[in-house]
Amino acid sequence: MTDQLPALIIIAPLLGAFLTPVIGWRYRHLCRPWALMVLAVPVYASIASLLRVVKNGAFGYNLAGWAPPWGIEYRIDHLSALMLVLIAVIGLLATINAKAGISLKMRGKEPHFYTLLLLQITGLMGIVITGDLFNIFVFLEISSLSGYGLIAHGEDGAPMATFNYIIIGTIGASFYLLGVGYLYMATGSLNIADLATILPGLYHSKMILVGFAFFTTGVAIKMGLFPLHIWMPDAYTCAPDPASSLIAPLMTKVAAYLLIRIMFTLFQPDFAISIVPVATVLGWMAVIAIIVGGIKALAQTDIKRMVTYIMVAEVGYIVLGISVMNRAGLTGAILHIINDACMIFCLFLVIGAISYKGHGREIYHFQNLNKKMPYTMAAFVIVALSVCGIPPTCGFFSKWYLILGTIASKQWFFTITLLGSSLVNAVLFFRIIEKAYLAPLDSGAHGNDHSDEVIVRDEAPISMLIPIMITATAIIVLGLFSGKIIAAVIQHAVPAIF
Amino acid sequence: MLEYILAKYNYWIYIVLMMIGLYAMMGKRNLVKKLIGMNIFQTSIILFFVSRGVKKGGATVPILMGDGHGHGEQLIQVADYLNPLPHVLMLTAIVVSIATTGVALATLILIYKRYHTLEEDEIMAIRKEASAYKTLGT
Repeated sequence: MTDQLPALIIIAPLLGAFLTPVIGWRYRHLCRPWALMVLAVPVYASIASLLRVVKNGAFGYNLAGWAPPWGIEYRIDHLSALMLVLIAVIGLLATINAKAGISLKMRGKEPHFYTLLLLQITGLMGIVITGDLFNIFVFLEISSLSGYGLIAHGEDGAPMATFNYIIIGTIGASFYLLGVGYLYMATGSLNIADLATILPGLYHSKMILVGFAFFTTGVAIKMGLFPLHIWMPDAYTCAPDPASSLIAPLMTKVAAYLLIRIMFTLFQPDFAISIVPVATVLGWMAVIAIIVGGIKALAQTDIKRMVTYIMVAEVGYIVLGISVMNRAGLTGAILHIINDACMIFCLFLVIGAISYKGHGREIYHFQNLNKKMPYTMAAFVIVALSVCGIPPTCGFFSKWYLILGTIASKQWFFTITLLGSSLVNAVLFFRIIEKAYLAPLDSGAHGNDHSDEVIVRDEAPISMLIPIMITATAIIVLGLFSGKIIAAVIQHAVPAIF
Repeated sequence: MLEYILAKYNYWIYIVLMMIGLYAMMGKRNLVKKLIGMNIFQTSIILFFVSRGVKKGGATVPILMGDGHGHGEQLIQVADYLNPLPHVLMLTAIVVSIATTGVALATLILIYKRYHTLEEDEIMAIRKEASAYKTLGT
């Protein structure tokens, strides 16, 4: 049974997705318990896989018994095991959270929503688990297609945002496919481990260079790296709240994982430094992403749109950590993938809870919200501190490693950008926290009897509070135990030559 | 020069088709035309893969001769057979591209129901007007 765990991670949500419409046909209220039950399998299987990897090292699983270079291999090493746990847990929490949001805005569409949600999680976990380049393309498209479907359910501008996302996302996936094609032409193999042994002899071939260029561009589109981020703010702002809390934190992070996989497992790290200066180019693009993301976020008054621009900057952090090409930088990048997924997830959960209670998403709507929704706002403050990078929250530790990485590679401008971006984040969040906690009760009432008007506490429902509280706790726990996570998992995910 | 182009004509066709697709996606303002551009773009990549599997000089589909129990099988010469793998991969890619087209068409129906037009400029104008009303209202 335990030998089949890698297959179960994919098969359970995939089959579950196909059965959801069948169940929802007659018993619509059973869709959510069914989805939760199905998702419990990958959560268990991925945690078991992580424990096994930590104990015994990486292991593979041959799909249908075909040996690796010909058959499709599922390969679980430290990095992918960590990502699997992240995706499975966030997927489960997003499903718990989805109930209230759906009952408000998507009533009667439960079967559609949960089917797409399960497919989305299947796709994301498939990208992480598989060791086959073409299989990654298929899973990439599974997750993107279900993502389009989820986003299109959203508010006013959603169909238009979805269509733009489809066009740009398809270009990204097609570029990735072309990259696979060029590498296949040059080597005749699709297995990542196999390719990694063949490729070093061919590094000066033009075909490999073109393939690498297509890979990086395609993944950068999926990741939303500046200037290829234009689809991201619209799509994630317009998406319905339960959907954006699932897609937004995971899709960009899985694409970042893919970039790490391509640059450090498929190719030797040396390739991106000495043969083509991709690392330098990516580094400067990341710097621009951080600066532009910060400025654009400052200009927003809608908090959901603001968070999407913060995401543009956060993707910049991860790519910056990858581009400095040393141990501290890559450790920071991997740690930041985990931490940032938690932070963005929590932010979207809080936004979902606030708009579920009928409050607007503009900053001035936050006035005195701490009295109405004390727990939600407490979680919001924890996330805000983490995004700004204040210990002991997890955001501090990943930023710490990123800054160490830029110092080790003597890229002083990168260091300054990281520090300056923390200040921008502080401004972004404290203007909201100030509005929520410190604004006077009612500016219009000059000592009239309005002033003793009691603000009624109106907290989000328990199905939303549980994920919010778990994630907010996780942000602190991940921070406190970040040293242990690095020692047990991440240091093995960094290539040995650094 | 002409010989150089003719010798690798399959790559030239794929590049030209791809550029046509890219142009339609970026240059056209009608959403259906954009979608068709996307389809041409995907098809060009399929063509690229399929043309890689072809071999000249009478190569055929790989069928193992013999009775299937290890008797009478001939030694396989790689040059005699087409490479089936790119074709199989493209079957999957075609399915993916059909699914994408389907989702995109469904989205176009949503857009048409909401704005009664598929011209991007007109939709932009309608949305701008709507958001102006909204700010006036509050």
